[in-house]
Amino acid sequence: MLDPIKIRKDFPMYKNNPNIVYLDNAATTFKPYSVIDECNRYYLSETANAHRGDYDLAYKVDIAVDSVREKVAKFINSKKIEVVFTSGASMSMNMIAYGYGNKYLTSDDEILLTEAEHASNVLPWFKVSEVTGAKIKYIPLTKEGRLTIDNLKKVLNEKTRIVSIAQVTNVLGYIVDIKEIAKYVHENSNAIVVCDGAQSVPHMKIDVKDLDCDFLVFSGHKLCGPTGIGVLYGKYNLLQKMEPLMSGGGDNAKFDMCGNVAYLEPPAKFEAGTMNLAGIYGLGGAIDYLMNIGMNNIEEYERYLRKYAINKLKTLQNLIIYNENAETGIITLNVKGVFSQDEASYLNSKGICVRSGEHCAKLLKDRLGASGTVRVSLYFYNTVEDIDKLCLALKNGGDFLDAYFN
Amino acid sequence: MPISIDQKILREIIMDHYSHPSHKNKPVNENEYFKVEMNSASCIDDLFIYLKVKDDIIVDALFDGIACTISTASTDILCDLLISKTKREALYIIEQYQNMIFEKPYDEECIGELIAFINTHKQASRIKCATLGSEGFKKLLENNEDEK
Repeated sequence: MLDPIKIRKDFPMYKNNPNIVYLDNAATTFKPYSVIDECNRYYLSETANAHRGDYDLAYKVDIAVDSVREKVAKFINSKKIEVVFTSGASMSMNMIAYGYGNKYLTSDDEILLTEAEHASNVLPWFKVSEVTGAKIKYIPLTKEGRLTIDNLKKVLNEKTRIVSIAQVTNVLGYIVDIKEIAKYVHENSNAIVVCDGAQSVPHMKIDVKDLDCDFLVFSGHKLCGPTGIGVLYGKYNLLQKMEPLMSGGGDNAKFDMCGNVAYLEPPAKFEAGTMNLAGIYGLGGAIDYLMNIGMNNIEEYERYLRKYAINKLKTLQNLIIYNENAETGIITLNVKGVFSQDEASYLNSKGICVRSGEHCAKLLKDRLGASGTVRVSLYFYNTVEDIDKLCLALKNGGDFLDAYFN
Repeated sequence: MPISIDQKILREIIMDHYSHPSHKNKPVNENEYFKVEMNSASCIDDLFIYLKVKDDIIVDALFDGIACTISTASTDILCDLLISKTKREALYIIEQYQNMIFEKPYDEECIGELIAFINTHKQASRIKCATLGSEGFKKLLENNEDEK
């Protein structure tokens, strides 16, 4: 099993904040030196714009961008030309909604989501619905909050054009069997499957060919990469059909004064304007870093740590755990009788970083029966000691006003 | 903090106003009240603040919604303090309270039980909670010259 103590030496955040207990990895993650070095390589010795290969330096940048695209493709097992760089998962999802949804959906069509989806996988579809008149329907979740194929079968029909779901939801942390869902959707409807990978891609091996999803979106900063960089994967024929959300420099071959435009082929069609080049360098560094550790090792370690955490948290009598049986490092809980934000502030006073609230999944609160929750989210650099400190603090979590008076 | 104030009492003040707020109600005749919704992007606090003013005197102050201990208790105490004050007096109380929160000189006489929030600056993330209600009342008092 991987050794988190050794791994922590790669992360300057631990050097600069030696006592931090960081358990908000579903929000964002720490960056290893190697990622920061890659960003700096662009700023310190390779600054030039891409697509402008007249001089050696610019050519170097083109080569670097191309090599990161290759790395991403290998990371998710796609073709290189199916990888579009974006600012993050939210941007990617908006690009699909506006570029595909708005163009091809009509008022006869239906979009399927679930109540557990993140705002970034709900609000863009609300916009599509507003523009096209398409109806949004929700796949019912089980009592536990899971998405099952049986429940999908109840709502999928000939009108369904888009099924957009998270592979791992950001509050409940269950793994959705995208492969099984994509197979059923493709065999029984004309719909495409959009997979929100923001909470899954950083934590497990992803193979888009095997999953057979039509689109996959994810963010760099949740997998040890820089902020402001993310990926939109799409099957190439869909990327060709899709409109660019943004147009401008670098995405067209020619245009004239009559308004005729010939766009470049994907992925360039979707990459107008100067991209976050340092971010792309850093994303390449992050993928190298993760692949070097091994995604299966990361997943295995997180499962071990989750199991340890759940067993220990369950011994505390004052907790409500909302997703005991989830597979991933997301643990959602409340201290009985304590408002989630009060608890998170208390944990903060003990040096523990967690997130409270609705976690951008505002449709979920009725199902949980709680207006807000405390979310603990793990990554491979967390340790059993982190969990022990969390449990110790939660044990006295009812005395949350301590934070206010000590 | 003044030595004379026992922390245990301050905690009790906060917990009491959180667990049993006296002004956490939607008004029966809502049209007689000024109303503002106060929420924050950084948390799920979402409060409606209601104020009824007659002859320049605040005759009623209420609030309703979802909020943490700090914002619930501070808003409830503020309701206690503002009722039966003139608009000017009310704004003065709010100003003094916010001065305390932001570690500026303040008039301790007028803020009553709000003294319980004297430590807010130690937890920067709670400043927004502690001032959500007072900001709402300030908005209503400053923006509504007419009476209701």
